[in-house]
Amino acid sequence: MSILIYTESENNEFKKSALEALSYGKALGEKMGENVTCLSINSNNFNSLKQHGADRIIDIQNQSLEKFIVKNYAEVIHQIVISESIKTIILSSSANSKYLGAYLSGKLESAYMSNVIELPSEINPFLVKRTCYTNKAFSTTEIKSEIKIISVSSNSFGIIENVTDPDIKKIDVEIKSSDLKIKKIDKQTGAVTIADADIVVSGGRGLKGPENWHLIEKLANLLGAATACSKPVSDLGWRPHSEHVGQTGKPVASNLYIAIGISGAIQHLAGINSSKVKVVINNDPEAPFFKAADYGIVGDAFEVVPELIQKLEARNNNN
Amino acid sequence: MNILVCISNVPDTTSKINFVENGTKFDKNGVQFVINPNDEFGLTKAVWMKESHNAAVTVLTVGDQSVEPTLRKCLAIGADKAIRIDCSSKDGFSVAKEISHFSQKENFDLIICGRESIDYNGGMVGGVIAGILDYNFITNCVDLDIKGTNALVSREIDGGIETLECNLPLVLGAQKGLVEESDLIIPNMRGIMMARQKPLETIEAQNFNAESINQGYHKPDAKKEVKLVKADEVDKLIDLLENEAKVI
Ligand SMILES: Cc1cc2nc3c(=O)[nH]c(=O)nc-3n(C[C@H](O)[C@H](O)[C@H](O)COP(=O)(O)OP(=O)(O)OC[C@H]3O[C@@H](n4cnc5c(N)ncnc54)[C@H](O)[C@@H]3O)c2cc1C
Ligand SMILES: Nc1ncnc2c1ncn2[C@@H]1O[C@H](COP(=O)(O)O)[C@@H](O)[C@H]1O
Repeated sequence: MSILIYTESENNEFKKSALEALSYGKALGEKMGENVTCLSINSNNFNSLKQHGADRIIDIQNQSLEKFIVKNYAEVIHQIVISESIKTIILSSSANSKYLGAYLSGKLESAYMSNVIELPSEINPFLVKRTCYTNKAFSTTEIKSEIKIISVSSNSFGIIENVTDPDIKKIDVEIKSSDLKIKKIDKQTGAVTIADADIVVSGGRGLKGPENWHLIEKLANLLGAATACSKPVSDLGWRPHSEHVGQTGKPVASNLYIAIGISGAIQHLAGINSSKVKVVINNDPEAPFFKAADYGIVGDAFEVVPELIQKLEARNNNN
Repeated sequence: MNILVCISNVPDTTSKINFVENGTKFDKNGVQFVINPNDEFGLTKAVWMKESHNAAVTVLTVGDQSVEPTLRKCLAIGADKAIRIDCSSKDGFSVAKEISHFSQKENFDLIICGRESIDYNGGMVGGVIAGILDYNFITNCVDLDIKGTNALVSREIDGGIETLECNLPLVLGAQKGLVEESDLIIPNMRGIMMARQKPLETIEAQNFNAESINQGYHKPDAKKEVKLVKADEVDKLIDLLENEAKVI
């Protein structure tokens, strides 16, 4: 038996989140005494899978899988689950993987656990730890179904090197044509997305207006970070909705989250709490964010941030 | 056009989260329950479609009697009819099974769920319904335009927006953007009075098996105190992030 990892790729490169799912799957496999099979779709450079523990790779090349259509991808996984007697499916927490996990759960009539942050504490019964109440709590949940679908929360398990020499098996799949068509994809190229970012630099109403966002962008650029904002900032139209993070916006699970001029309301914190290290810059020492942060500076953003930018530039030049 | 909006009854976003009975039950004491924010965006869109598409809007919750005030609020916002499938919800899967079973008989053109609930955060119920019924499923929806039996939908993807087209029936995962916050309907007196006349039906659950069982909850450990750096010593912050936290 084998654990199936859906390793998502983009532009012929496996995503970081996919390598984390693979690392998780490999460790789970060791615990369960099973090997891991990576499912690769329309990719032909398997190096990163070989460096992170793949025992087998199923290589599918298919025109009709060029775009992510959830039904078609679920169909492929369904076929593999049957032909390879798969009982455990591991996904990442990318938008598409979570989309797929939910749909697969219905199709395979099997439990799907999202936001899983650790290896199961026990295999029999199968107990997973996941976040709930928007990061305000954890639950321990037993998966009962024979087939188990797990999506691993971003940056929770980490990426673990593990060099292997996997078998590569090319297989053909048959895909029914779907009435669902993707008409258009508008994607910023080059910018780091909140979902993929190791570091997120986020601005709140304390920045006073969109004309000051160059500070956030400059800092983010120096750190290779994504930019984000609090909800009022996107409601006011200072920044696009896609940057709004928090309980009702995008979740952030980065290694570092830097909040500038954000008060730290409970709804904001709920969405960013699973970030590992939190830094706050705020001129009000009573701002609730200081209770949630690991590091903080009490000060005026318009003085502290330019200073920070300057020091980071100097540091980058020295390296 | 026949629309179903699935409503999750959740603790208000400001609620303090606590557990009782040895961490097995959510402490409802002093907590106000509301329509799950993502569902409210979906409901508002559906109510708009009453006029634009001559739609009939049904709201549905799988839950015990305590969810009824939330369903009444949905009626006051403009839904035509509310259904409660009577059981305490066990897991996302069994909830989705109940909803699928119910929907199969009703032939909804559109089933709107939220992208995710803010309590369970499964992000699953809509997808499971679609998987069971073999309907199209599009989540993280920020725009919807229906013409005849054809839907044009935009959804948020990592780093952008994707536009898709498909036939009905369709299951949607709604989120902010489908309508804006400022579009949300605050029920007025007339809406509240009318809601009292609208049907709120209770139907018996099929009691499908759960595929997962929650064994208990716990809260994160208390956090260490924040380390403060003086505003004129930002070098120190860089040093801490580089050498202590090792994140840059
Ligand atoms: C149902 C619901 C859902 C919500 N969901 C979300 C959500 O998902 N995400 C979210 O972010 N919010 C959410 N909110 C809103 C939330 O309650 C807060 O209102 C919001 O997070 C505050 O944003 P802010 O910190 O940018 O602004 P403010 O609260 O106005 O805070 C600005 C901060 O900037 C500081 N400041 C001012 N000037 C300076 C300066 N020169 N230098 C440094 N600091 C300065 C101030 O001290 C203050 O702390 C939600 C609210 C509700 C009711
Ligand atoms: N008990 C329930 N009754 C009706 N709909 C629900 C219920 N639980 C979840 N949903 C719907 O499914 C969506 C996703 O929920 P979840 O899978 O819990 O994140 C919610 O936004 C609701 O639209």
